[in-house]
Amino acid sequence: MKYYRSHVLVCVDPECLQKGAHELVDALQDELVATGLIDEVQVLETSRIGGCSLGPEMMVYPEGVHYVGVTPDDVPYLVEEHFLKGRLVNKFQMPTTKVVDEELGAPTQKEVRIVLRNCGKIDPENIEDYIAEDGYQALAKVLTEMTPEEVIDTVLRSGLRGRGGAGFPTGKKWQFTRQAPGEIKYVVCNADEGDPGAFMNRRVLEGDPHSVIEGMIIAAYAIGAHQGYIYCRAEYPVAVSTLNIAIQQARNLGLLGKDILGSGFDFDLEVRMGAGAFVCGEETALIASIEGRRGEPRPRPPFPAVQGLWNKPTNVNNVETYANIPQIILKGAEWYAGYGTEKSKGTKTFALAGDLNHTGLIEVPLGITLREIIYDVGGGIKDGKAFKAVQIGGPMGGCVPAEYLDLPLDYESLAQAGTIMGSGGMIVLDEDTCMVDVARYFMDFTQDESCGKCTPCRVGTRRILEILTRICDGKGQDGDIELLENLCQEIRTNSLCGLGQGAPNPVVSTLRYFRDEYEAHIYEKRCPAKVCRSLIRYEILPDACTGCTVCARNCPVNAISGERRQTHVIDPDTCIRCGICMQVCNFNAVVIE
Amino acid sequence: MSVETKSREKILEVVNAAIEKFGAKQEELIPILNEVNRQLGYIPTEAMEEISRRLKEPKSSLFGVASFYHMLSTKPRGRHVIQFCESAPCHVVGGREVFESLKEELGLEPNETSPDGKWTLITTSCLGVCSVGPVIVIDEDIYGNVDARKVPEILARYE
Ligand SMILES: Cc1cc2nc3c(=O)[nH]c(=O)nc-3n(C[C@H](O)[C@H](O)[C@H](O)COP(=O)(O)O)c2cc1C
Ligand code: SF4
Ligand code: SF4
Ligand code: SF4
Ligand code: FES
Ligand code: FES
Repeated sequence: MKYYRSHVLVCVDPECLQKGAHELVDALQDELVATGLIDEVQVLETSRIGGCSLGPEMMVYPEGVHYVGVTPDDVPYLVEEHFLKGRLVNKFQMPTTKVVDEELGAPTQKEVRIVLRNCGKIDPENIEDYIAEDGYQALAKVLTEMTPEEVIDTVLRSGLRGRGGAGFPTGKKWQFTRQAPGEIKYVVCNADEGDPGAFMNRRVLEGDPHSVIEGMIIAAYAIGAHQGYIYCRAEYPVAVSTLNIAIQQARNLGLLGKDILGSGFDFDLEVRMGAGAFVCGEETALIASIEGRRGEPRPRPPFPAVQGLWNKPTNVNNVETYANIPQIILKGAEWYAGYGTEKSKGTKTFALAGDLNHTGLIEVPLGITLREIIYDVGGGIKDGKAFKAVQIGGPMGGCVPAEYLDLPLDYESLAQAGTIMGSGGMIVLDEDTCMVDVARYFMDFTQDESCGKCTPCRVGTRRILEILTRICDGKGQDGDIELLENLCQEIRTNSLCGLGQGAPNPVVSTLRYFRDEYEAHIYEKRCPAKVCRSLIRYEILPDACTGCTVCARNCPVNAISGERRQTHVIDPDTCIRCGICMQVCNFNAVVIE
Repeated sequence: MSVETKSREKILEVVNAAIEKFGAKQEELIPILNEVNRQLGYIPTEAMEEISRRLKEPKSSLFGVASFYHMLSTKPRGRHVIQFCESAPCHVVGGREVFESLKEELGLEPNETSPDGKWTLITTSCLGVCSVGPVIVIDEDIYGNVDARKVPEILARYE
């Protein structure tokens, strides 16, 4: 995999294609080859950049510059100015330049940014930028003014809990690791972020890597470690390269390595990459993977704090947990504890996804309600649809329905509602979502990712998936719901690691809140949300159809017949219910029955 | 299948370079396998044997590791590998239609390689770019906001 310093995204939607987007891409490629920049700048194709009428258009990252109306003839000039000389080309910049970062907008009123404070503001590849924002001040303070015990005490008093999912008090974990017998100790950063829909950690690693590095050095000082590892998933090549640059720059300034800042304290850091296995986010599996083995979890205790990497005491924390540390040290435990609720202090980042007007990253004080997140921060549900549920906590979390919109977001309340805080993935589902399908979806994921070491998880998740699939296929049987409930109980209590223990949650929570939907599928062979393919039929409304033929030309199985300007008809026996006709019809003539 | 298999010399060359780069230590096994997989598109048996000999690790444990991680493949893959993101955030914003269209256009089910050795279709879990979902990745090109209609046009860009 190559590491690029710049990415150029060219819109290739029909409108831009017509204006020569492909020619633009080719001209860009040629020019980058000619100028020798092809290994540094990557050209990608994308869509819906936004200024459709001004195409062809492109966005250039990391700057986030939006260029419009670029023709192949302009390319040599643009490449020279932007990529060789590093100057923005005003001539092509989108008028009324409103550069939108799709992932991270300006903070809304309810947000508080501690972890994300520098993201999008500083150049992550320039340590000076971080230092200008008080970077490494906390480290200097710790090394010159504080004992390791004082550091641990500060973290304890801040109330910070682990942001990797379980919410274990961070100060306590550090204390255990410090007290564990042994000369050699390690600190590890869990950057495996595998929950579908979660990309908070990626954004911090790519946007503010030094905050994580500084947090890790402070943790190492507190527990007495001299070597650390950041375990990053291989799906995040940009994060890995940004981290490596940041580590090198920190070494050059004497912030990593021997005798840090002349204090006599030694610590160095290395990035390790996964190779695609969700379970490696579980801390004991992660440790096995760093050691070069199959990433299978092992029973705890012993906890990593006592016996971790190469059997030495090891402190494992999440990216976000570490990124909070420098600010806690600088501004004080009381300042941090001023945010949040009694038992859940501080802020938490979330990745909002699904049917919301504003998806992307947010950081909010704990204790905020779901309603505030969805409506005030997330801008409400798309297309004026109704809210149905929100899936929190990833594949081991659960769905929370509308009755709980006023639930304060903290570790304990979420557990009561049948879900978990998890790492911060939040998928908002509108009224058109089938909850059985959602449960099946997550089960498909966990079933696939089960490492297979223990039978309840390996076999049980497969059984649940089979049952859910047959319910969605319209072949559900009387007794299936009870069967599901028993299986869930069995897997939850008899699995070795958190994956198996949490795997039933999406099923248990949808059964708890949307049992009627399961029943409609099983007993009435009906999918109330009109999603499950075996239970629906596509039809064309004669009154709305103009006979434009678009659907017939796009149907992959030629299930649609009709003469030009005549009403078209779908043959239900040939139709594979792919939904393409509905997407392509410009007259809303295709409906689901 | 006319899927290209690699010559022995090429394989040894890649394995050597990878071991050189990371060092012949067990803890470097995953980086080494990753590198070989990246260079050759998969990890041929000859490569496994050579790595096993050099790292003094039994072949069985190497296969154990290679089969554990999704990104490592011990089977040859097509010239272009298409990864389809099958995670829920992409699914709920239209990923299912895109997937149908992909399978239809390619005539492949997940984990299959086309007989002419051009395409391999695999599914992946979330790539962390959900805000532009649905997402597909072809080789190293990421396509965001894909809709089913655009699939044939995207595929046509590859030789
Ligand atoms: C299946 C599974 C996957 C996990 N994935 C992650 C992950 O991607 N990132 C993470 O920080 N923690 C993950 N965890 C939690 C870790 O085991 C561990 O609790 C965490 O890294 C501790 O850090 P914290 O105290 O800062 O939260 C996962 C746990 C399980 C059971
Ligand atoms: S619970 Fe599942 S993922 Fe965890 S060790 Fe057992 S089989 Fe593996
Ligand atoms: S695309 Fe719509 S309007 Fe056109 S023929 Fe099909 S159903 Fe009728
Ligand atoms: S749903 Fe798909 S298969 Fe059925 S008619 Fe429409 S395009 Fe054809
Ligand atoms: S068509 Fe290109 S930006 Fe919309
Ligand atoms: S769910 Fe597809 S990229 Fe995240």
